[in-house]
Amino acid sequence: MDILRVENLNVEVSGRTVLKNVSFSIPEGEVHVLFGPNGSGKSTLIKTILGFPGYKVLSGSITFKGKEITDMPTDERVKLGIGVAFQNPPAVMGVKLGDLLKEMMRDGEEAERRISTLLKELNFPRNFLTRDVNLGFSGGEIKKSEILQVLAQDVDLMILDEPDSGVDVENLQVIGEVLSRRLKGRSALLITHLGYILRYVDADVAHVLIDGRIACSGSALRILGQILKEGYSWCEKCPRVKGLRCEGFL
Amino acid sequence: MSPKTRLVLGRYSREAKEWPSCPLSLLPEEILRRSMDVGVVSDEGERAATYLQIDHSVVLQAVQEAFKGKIEVMSTRDALERYSWLRDYWWRLVRADADDYTRLADSLWDQGYFIRVFEGEKVILPLQSCLFMSTENINQNVHNIIIAEPRSEAHIITGCTVHPNVHSGLHVGVSEFYVKEGAKLTFTMIHSWAREVEVRPRSAALIEDDATFISNYVSLKPVKSLQMYPTAYCRGEDSRVSFNSIIYGVGESKIDVGAKVVLQGEGSRGEVVSRAVATDKAQIYVRGFLLGEHEESRAHLECRGLLLSDEAMIHAIPELLAKVKGAELSHEAAVGKIAEDQILYLMARGFSRDEAESLIVNGCQHTGAPGEAQQGHQEDDRRNDPWSTINR
Repeated sequence: MDILRVENLNVEVSGRTVLKNVSFSIPEGEVHVLFGPNGSGKSTLIKTILGFPGYKVLSGSITFKGKEITDMPTDERVKLGIGVAFQNPPAVMGVKLGDLLKEMMRDGEEAERRISTLLKELNFPRNFLTRDVNLGFSGGEIKKSEILQVLAQDVDLMILDEPDSGVDVENLQVIGEVLSRRLKGRSALLITHLGYILRYVDADVAHVLIDGRIACSGSALRILGQILKEGYSWCEKCPRVKGLRCEGFL
Repeated sequence: MSPKTRLVLGRYSREAKEWPSCPLSLLPEEILRRSMDVGVVSDEGERAATYLQIDHSVVLQAVQEAFKGKIEVMSTRDALERYSWLRDYWWRLVRADADDYTRLADSLWDQGYFIRVFEGEKVILPLQSCLFMSTENINQNVHNIIIAEPRSEAHIITGCTVHPNVHSGLHVGVSEFYVKEGAKLTFTMIHSWAREVEVRPRSAALIEDDATFISNYVSLKPVKSLQMYPTAYCRGEDSRVSFNSIIYGVGESKIDVGAKVVLQGEGSRGEVVSRAVATDKAQIYVRGFLLGEHEESRAHLECRGLLLSDEAMIHAIPELLAKVKGAELSHEAAVGKIAEDQILYLMARGFSRDEAESLIVNGCQHTGAPGEAQQGHQEDDRRNDPWSTINR
C-alpha cells in the first residue's frame, strides 16, 4: 500500500505555476529521495503536501494512507501522521524548544524518556530545551532540532528537507547515523541537493525534480551517481522535462 | 483639600468604610479569591510575612514567627511613628511635587507598607502584600518604603486588585526602594484591575555597591489607564538592576509603562525587558530610558510587542543617553503582528492556528532570566527545563 500518493499535481505560487503534473508514490516502509537543483520546486512540493496557504493546487491530488488530503488543513494532515524537518525553519522567539516538545507530545513520562534518548543519540545538548526554538541556533543545531522534533512526533511519514545542507562533517555523521537507524523500515521522503546524507541512509527510490516536473525516477544510488558525474544538466536533457515520457533508471 | 488636589481627584471618592484587622482565612471569599489571583497565598505560613490593605484600612501586617528579628513589615504610618530616621527615606527618591499624582498621594495619604530586611538576613520565603480596592469609585493613595539592609536577600510579591463589584477607581502607589550594599531584592508586582480603574504607580530605587534590584511587573487584565515609569539609580559600584514587564492590553486599555535606569556607579549594569501584547482596541506605549553617567557602565533595553488586532496599537519608545565615553548602552525592539511563517511552522507540528497563536503569545510574555542572573545560567537552564525530572 502507498503511504503517500501524489497524482498529476499542478501547483501555483504567487501566480506562477511551480509544480507541473507531478506524480509519484511512496509505498509504506520505503525511503524515497527527491533530488533537484535550487529552484526546481522541492520545497514547494513539501509545503503543498503540508497544505500551507499560498500553495494553490490547480489540479491533481495528494493521498495519504488512502485518504485524500488535498484540501485538508495543515494541522489535520499532521495529525494523520506527516512530519516535516524543515530546511530553513523560522525562529520562534519566546517558545522554548522543550515546551514545544512537551506540548507536541502530551504523554508525560514516556515522552520524557523518548526525548532524553533522542538528545543523546543526536548529541544535542540538553540546555537547548530551554532555548527559544531556532533562535541563534547554528546550521547544525537547526538540523538536529528539526530532526529531534520530527522524531519526537513519531509520525508515519517523515519528510526531511535538506538534512545535510549547512552541516559540518562531524554533525553530518551524527545526523546520518541517527537517520540510518531511525529510518529503517519506516516511510520517508528525503530531499537533498548534494546527496551527502545518502552515505548513511539506504534509500529505495529517487525522483529528480527539474523545473517543477519529475524528470525521472529510479534507483537512488544510480541516479545520485549520474548527478555527481554529470550534474543536473544531464536531467535537464531528459525528454520528460520537456513533457515527454522517460523511464530513466527504473 | 486644595483646589488643585480636588481637580486631580475628580470624580473619585475618599469615602471608605473601616475594615477591622483579620487573618487572610477570615476575609470575605471574593476578596480572598481576587487577592489570590494576584499572587497572594492564602496560607500565611507559606510566606515570611503578609501585608494586606483594603481601601484605606490596614487589615493585616504579620511576620511569621520564624522570621521575626529578620524582617519587619508594618504600615508606613506605624513605621514613621516608630522610627524617626525613616523620615530620611520618605519622599527621598520620588519627589512629592513630581506630578499631580504624587501631590495627591502626599496630601491624601492612605498608608502603604514598610518592609525592612535586616542586615545579612537571607529570607528564604517570599514576603507578600496586597493593596485592595473594595469600594466603587474610590481613590486609594499608598506610599511604600522598602529597605533591604546590607547583604540581605528577599523576594517581595505584591498584588494590586479590586473587588469583583468594583469597576471604577483611582489607585496611586508611591514606592521607594533602598537596596543597600551587597543586598539583593526581587520585587514582583502583579496587577489585575477593572475597565474603569486608573492606576498611577510612582516608584524609584536606589541601589548601592554590589547590590541587585530585580523588578518584575505583570498586568494581564483590562484597565482604563495605567501609567508608570519607575527609575532605578545604580549609584553603587557594581550595582545591578533588571526591570522585566509583561503587559497584556485588552479592551480599550490605555497603558503607558516604562523604566529608567541611571548608571552612576563604576561597573553598574542595567536591563529593561518588556513584553507587550495588545488586542481589541488597547493602546500600549512601552518606554525605556538608559542613562549612562559612568564610563564603566553598561545597560540593555529590549522590547517585544505583538499586535493581535488591527485596532490595537503598540508604540515602543527606547531612549539611550550616554553622558560619558565608555558607557555601553544598547537596545532592540520588535513590534508587529505574529509572523505567519511562525504560525505555519507550529501548525506543521500539529497545532491548530489558534493553538499556534496562543503558544507564540504565551512565549512572547515569557521574559526569560534577568541579565545579572546570567552567571547562574546553567542553574536557570535546569530550573526552566520542562524535562528536568528525568535522569540524565
